[in-house]
Amino acid sequence: MERLIALIVKEFWAMVRDAKMRIVLIGLPVMQLLIFAFAVTLEVKNADIAIYDQSDGHYSSEIINRIAGSPYFRGIVRLNSYDEVRDAINRQRVIAALVIDSDFDAKRQRGTPTTVNLLLDGRRSNSAQILASYLQDIVTKAGMPVTMADREVTPGSIRRNWFNPNLSYYWFDLPCLLVLVVSVSSLAVTAQSVAREREMGTFDQLLVSPLRLPELLIGKMIPPMAISFLHGTIFLIVAQVIFGVPFTGSLLLFYLSLLIYMLALIGIGMFISAISKTQQQAFLGAFMAIVPLVVLSGFANPVENMPEWLQLLTYLDPARYFMEISLGLFLKAMPLSQVLERLWPLLLISIATLGTATWLFRARME
Amino acid sequence: MAPGNALPATGTTAVPAAIATSVCKSFGGLRALDKVDISIEPGRMTGLVGPDGAGKTTLIRILAGLMKADAGDIHVLGGAPGDDLENLGYMPQRFGLYEDLSVIQNLTLYADMRRLEGAERQESFERLLHFTDLTPFRDRLAGNLSGGMKQKLGLACALIKTPKLLLLDEPGVGVDPISRRELWSMVSGLTHQGIGVLWSTAYLDEAEKCDTVYLLNEGQLLYSGKPDGLNATVEGRTLRLSGFSGRSRPLLIRALDSDTVMDGTLQGRAIHLLMAPDKGPDDLDFLDAGQKTKIEIVPPHFEDGFIARLGGGPKGTSELAERYRTVPQDRDYAIEARKLTKRFGSFTASDAIEFKIPPGRIFGLLGPNGAGKSTTFKMLCGLLTPTEGTGSVAGYDLMTARADARAQLGYMAQKFSLYGELSVKQNLNFFAGAYGLKTAAARAAIASVVEVFELGDRLKVDAGTLPLGFKQRLALACAVLHQPPVLFLDEPTSGVDPVTRREFWMHINGLVEKGVTVLVTTHFMEEAEYCDEITLVYRAKQIATGTPDDLKALSAKLSGLADPTMEDAFIALINEHDRQEAEGPGSKAA
Amino acid sequence: MSVGFSLRRLRALFLKETVQILRDPSTFLIAFLLPLILLILFGYGINLDSGKTRIGLVVQDDSQAALSLATTFRNNRWFDVRTARSIEQLKPLIVNDKIRGIIVIPQDFGKKTEKGETAPIQIITDGSLPNTADFIAAYAEGLRATWAADRAITRGHPELVAKAMPVQLDTRVWFNPSLTSRYFLIPGSIAIVMTMIGTLLTALVVAREWERGTMEAMMATPMQMTEFIASKILPYFTLGLGSMVLCTVLAVMVFGVPLRGSLFALFLIAATYLLPALGLGLFISSATKNQFAASQIALMTGFLPTLLLSGFLFEIPSMPKPIQWLTVIVPARYLVPPLQTVFAAGDIWSLILPNVGIMLLFGIGFFLLSFLTTRRSLD
Repeated sequence: MERLIALIVKEFWAMVRDAKMRIVLIGLPVMQLLIFAFAVTLEVKNADIAIYDQSDGHYSSEIINRIAGSPYFRGIVRLNSYDEVRDAINRQRVIAALVIDSDFDAKRQRGTPTTVNLLLDGRRSNSAQILASYLQDIVTKAGMPVTMADREVTPGSIRRNWFNPNLSYYWFDLPCLLVLVVSVSSLAVTAQSVAREREMGTFDQLLVSPLRLPELLIGKMIPPMAISFLHGTIFLIVAQVIFGVPFTGSLLLFYLSLLIYMLALIGIGMFISAISKTQQQAFLGAFMAIVPLVVLSGFANPVENMPEWLQLLTYLDPARYFMEISLGLFLKAMPLSQVLERLWPLLLISIATLGTATWLFRARME
Repeated sequence: MAPGNALPATGTTAVPAAIATSVCKSFGGLRALDKVDISIEPGRMTGLVGPDGAGKTTLIRILAGLMKADAGDIHVLGGAPGDDLENLGYMPQRFGLYEDLSVIQNLTLYADMRRLEGAERQESFERLLHFTDLTPFRDRLAGNLSGGMKQKLGLACALIKTPKLLLLDEPGVGVDPISRRELWSMVSGLTHQGIGVLWSTAYLDEAEKCDTVYLLNEGQLLYSGKPDGLNATVEGRTLRLSGFSGRSRPLLIRALDSDTVMDGTLQGRAIHLLMAPDKGPDDLDFLDAGQKTKIEIVPPHFEDGFIARLGGGPKGTSELAERYRTVPQDRDYAIEARKLTKRFGSFTASDAIEFKIPPGRIFGLLGPNGAGKSTTFKMLCGLLTPTEGTGSVAGYDLMTARADARAQLGYMAQKFSLYGELSVKQNLNFFAGAYGLKTAAARAAIASVVEVFELGDRLKVDAGTLPLGFKQRLALACAVLHQPPVLFLDEPTSGVDPVTRREFWMHINGLVEKGVTVLVTTHFMEEAEYCDEITLVYRAKQIATGTPDDLKALSAKLSGLADPTMEDAFIALINEHDRQEAEGPGSKAA
Repeated sequence: MSVGFSLRRLRALFLKETVQILRDPSTFLIAFLLPLILLILFGYGINLDSGKTRIGLVVQDDSQAALSLATTFRNNRWFDVRTARSIEQLKPLIVNDKIRGIIVIPQDFGKKTEKGETAPIQIITDGSLPNTADFIAAYAEGLRATWAADRAITRGHPELVAKAMPVQLDTRVWFNPSLTSRYFLIPGSIAIVMTMIGTLLTALVVAREWERGTMEAMMATPMQMTEFIASKILPYFTLGLGSMVLCTVLAVMVFGVPLRGSLFALFLIAATYLLPALGLGLFISSATKNQFAASQIALMTGFLPTLLLSGFLFEIPSMPKPIQWLTVIVPARYLVPPLQTVFAAGDIWSLILPNVGIMLLFGIGFFLLSFLTTRRSLD
């Protein structure tokens, strides 16, 4: 026990006293918190749109006014020819252009079906598509009494958004960012830990001490675990206090899930550490692991939107499960049974990664 | 062989290749060089001697134009430093080799840098490869060469276009005596072509062979001139004691504790003493060494002069040993190696190594770089699993009770593998805990070593920023916190100054008297002299085992030298082995 | 200095660097494996324009109209529908991420429809995924409106069509009619790969020379610093372009991404971007002289801004003002639009040239900085 405690204390000091580690521990998360939370949003706001209004009547003006009043659009560029429209899109002055035909108002007056043309910049197809759905909403409501024009109501349907009534993107981003931040920092710390000692020559010193391999591994696991708990807790507080994201589930379940998730992730980090000879390799290894971990987690894109074979791969990604749990516990008050449904695969992954890492360490001790 | 006082071959008047006066350089508030004067004459070997951190590297870098001096008047090859790089050869401490390039690719790169072309280039490659014996390895990656070969390749790169001034920064560090000696003869051969050579070293025996020596300590020039000039200051005060009765270590401790003796070292069964000023052979009666004791005046070594200049070595009694527990002598052998063999694939790194070390002895593992001594050492401390054979440490079998065996040993490695970013105190706390000391015991043990090693006012300092001497003390402190019965030392004093080395061995000698068993690997032949028994490992095999005196006697027979040093013995035994191998099977090593 | 710039030395240094690149597995990892992983993940993983979203359907009315609308929801390319009797039944499924929304056709739906009144359906979305929620709402409403219009026509009440579908949006997407997101993500991953090679690898290899002491030995030869810097730039410049070519070939051949612009424009854009990327890498390494610090700083100043602030994944105008200002100094911000243009649209020089110009300025700036910091001195 003394041995284990000594090792853990040492690992903590080594982490805190090393200026370089402080970059990883403090610099990265702060940067992630500040820039990610604000920059990483899949919401589209303040877009510039071109309008080529050939009708210039009551109805077309109403549409334009509604667009001007929408938070999604910032600048409206009035154009007077198709050539100008083409040029504005080509040069990315605008991401979309609304072209209203000259007979638009006349048709509206007659009550015949009317069409508005929307031209989108397909180079930025995701944002364009999101804007298209906003615009669809706006033109649909055009001509309806203003009182009915809020987002909840369209003529044919009443919409309700469960768990996030105002569809705030922060409510989605922050629970996901929490997962990313704890993943990146703990993976970086774990992957570096042994590789660093190897490079500095202290690893031999550890191996000739009476520390046993399990002690060594546990000692190396505790600090990244603690860091992730710290970062996780900070994010938990920041999300609620600064961004107003509700936490509706059980805190206990949250920390339990974090613990099991960390085991899986530390297993991966240890694995990288075991096969790396230098810090350089460990760094690149961790980087190469983080990219698929994040992409397959469902953050940038819901898992169900991926092709079948890629969906199968996401079952191997621990971040996928923890991201669902995080969103679930923040917004949906996810019950125990459903959390457990995601925890057991996570547990299997932890056993596999930790087991492999331990085996590799034993094999590579020589 | 030293070139003696050979005149410069160029025939020009001896305009110095480099001359510098009153060079000063500080880093932060730290004085690295303080008014140092140096002159490097063409056709001469100039030695730059001093412990780690003395300022040798800084001075060399200033001469090479890689650093600017804060003050001083410096002329290199008739200009400012860095002006004439065409005629400068420079080998930095880590040889400056690209480890992922092959031997020939490294040479080609340096040749291109110096725009050496055509026939001249071919001739230069042939000459240097032959000169350095690297011809068979021309396509091997530099990273896969042994330490000695890297050093030769580094030299070859520096010599690619014969320079007028050659600056070598500690070319001998971490390299075995054979390679060191070969390198020396290569370089001293060059001086006959009129090249001015600056050779920096922490090995004082190398300094002794230079034409001129500059002795640096903590940035100050302690001595400059011919090496025997320094020796002259201690002429008549260096004695050799032999034939005494009883154990040699307690005798040495007694001698060092007295004010009559400034310094002393073990040399096998004999003791080498440096007497205080005005003291001589007649002042040693207090030792009470026995009737048959033979005391003779011997010629001083450069190291004697150096130590005298520094005011003498440490006292003999080790405070550490005084406080150490007495290790019970309850078994015949503290360390045993039984046919230890390690193979990596088809390569045998060590082959049936066998020895037994009784408790309270120092056992040395010697051998050239890559001979297999490190492998053997690592198997015994449990870092490698033997392919065949077994061993035990303090009664615990290496195969079955590794963790128990590890709890019984203290380990101190070459690079003093401490946690550089942790403070001294945190390092001590960690090692106390790692060896399972309970809180109270740990506190007591730490307090004790802090007092012994005078670490008190440095407890909060990062271990990585300590001066080398203190790092070495801290490393020893960490290794003995749990008072192990067995100590494993892997090149424990590499790079430290002679006084710190003396102090280290004073502690080790004391501990051995308390019953501690020591296994040591080293390139320093002086350390080998402290051993009770030595085994020489060469090409994975033990080629000779015995006391230092036995080995020296054996080599005297082989080489015909009258009074061989440990280094002579080392070389003679390896040469003899090579000769027998060449003659073919049938003949066996002695 | 006794001699000036020598092409011969440059060639030797260049060859040395090339041999090292070929022998180093990490170069291979970054230059070839990373593009492959990124392309596969971005090619398949990140696309909002994809398959069917699972939703629940609660039909509380058994009128013919309700059943007809329910059939419309069941048979379309956007939704994968699971039917239930009540919302309560579906609630656990939505919490459990099994479905992303619920459509409720209310009790009086049939009656109101028959009367010609507007009969609203209820659309419940999983607000924890806001974009998916918006899609479900938009498409569900669209389906309902189309259904209503069709019904009006088949029933012979064309006058009702206008009421059912007030204004139709006829959307045409230029450059990418099928809205395949890999069309814009793949040019983005080229940006990432070139940043990793230009900034990270370059920073690492120069820092390695300082750390291993080879820099010291080289500085004591007649080598010029310009030769040294050029010898670092040329191979990584080539490697960066090579990796770009690999990405492009894979994108075009394997993922069917169109390349509408000219190869000349593509090379011009990529080559210009490598200047600031390499310049930043050199600057970082000569400022830190340490591999670990160099890698972390390269990650924070090179990789992350390219990923997050270049506008390739996240819209710059959607970000808060201070972060928008920050993006002005991210060189990749000027790479992504021309790159996407060359792939999807063609050689639109009015967009390409200004961006190339800005990247060139950044390149010059970073190079000046690194020349100022890389001195021939160990001080």
